[in-house]
Amino acid sequence: MANAAKMAAVGERDAVLAFKAMGMTVIPAAQADEAAAAVRKLAREGMAVIFITEQAAGLIPDTLARYQNEPVPAIIPIPGSRGSAGLGMQRLKANVEKAIGADILFEKEG
Amino acid sequence: MALIQVNPTRMELTRLKKRLMTARRGHKLLKDKRDEMVRRFITLIQENRRLRTDVERELTAAFSQFALARAVMEPEALEEAVLYPARSVALRLGTRNIMSVQVPVIQVDPDSLKETILPYGLASTSAQLDGAIATMTELLPKLVQLAEIEKTCNLLADEIEKTRRRVNALEYVMIPDLEQTIRGITMKLEENERGALTRLMKVKDMLATREA
Repeated sequence: MANAAKMAAVGERDAVLAFKAMGMTVIPAAQADEAAAAVRKLAREGMAVIFITEQAAGLIPDTLARYQNEPVPAIIPIPGSRGSAGLGMQRLKANVEKAIGADILFEKEG
Repeated sequence: MALIQVNPTRMELTRLKKRLMTARRGHKLLKDKRDEMVRRFITLIQENRRLRTDVERELTAAFSQFALARAVMEPEALEEAVLYPARSVALRLGTRNIMSVQVPVIQVDPDSLKETILPYGLASTSAQLDGAIATMTELLPKLVQLAEIEKTCNLLADEIEKTRRRVNALEYVMIPDLEQTIRGITMKLEENERGALTRLMKVKDMLATREA
């Protein structure tokens, strides 16, 4: 059942260069259309995991939503070179609210 | 409460009773499914949260190391150094079944972690770059794990929402509607029966008076 698969990274040039060193497919993208095109292209190529920096992910919520409920690719926002803006955590929170109806995970921190 | 429009006959009544039984059983099953999915989801999401906090912290650290490396080296030299990766990361992709939700299982192929860590020679690069790359490499399995678990949570959350809608539709619409309709038909049938009985008694009375 195990297939070989690959990873990729999309985001600002500075951040994704580090992923390049690890042998991932990397597409630098700074603008919304570039990022959306990159994600679509990588998804078509059958990437299992696409890491996308939060800056880039914030530009293309629609494209991300399209792949949200497909088993692959898993599109994972990561903090970019400018640090985390909390987008990834927001997605977690949205998941909890969707599944349970109330935020039971993060309420402590407000 | 909108009643289902049916003829008040015994056949309809039996049919509706069967539907009600099926609806009740479906409701119970779906409710159990939802409860179990929520239980699993909570464990997963806690793990997810812990992992994401870790990864975000470590990745930010790695990036700042990388930024240092960039500051020390020529941009062209840096890009040249990482441009041709000596290793490629292979993933093993499978699927797992959580409460009949197909979720991905993503693992780093262990072979691809064995190879040499640095994709470049040491002469023209800075020590910071070595450090940054080493940190990133260590982080890789965690990143992949995060990807797996986050996707799982995503899919599970979606399925839980769907199941919850179904449970609620059954509980608050289907089942009450069916019950009401069944009650309506039962009452209508009883009324007919009483009507028939009264008619018979009346006829009997009329016959009795005529004979007398």
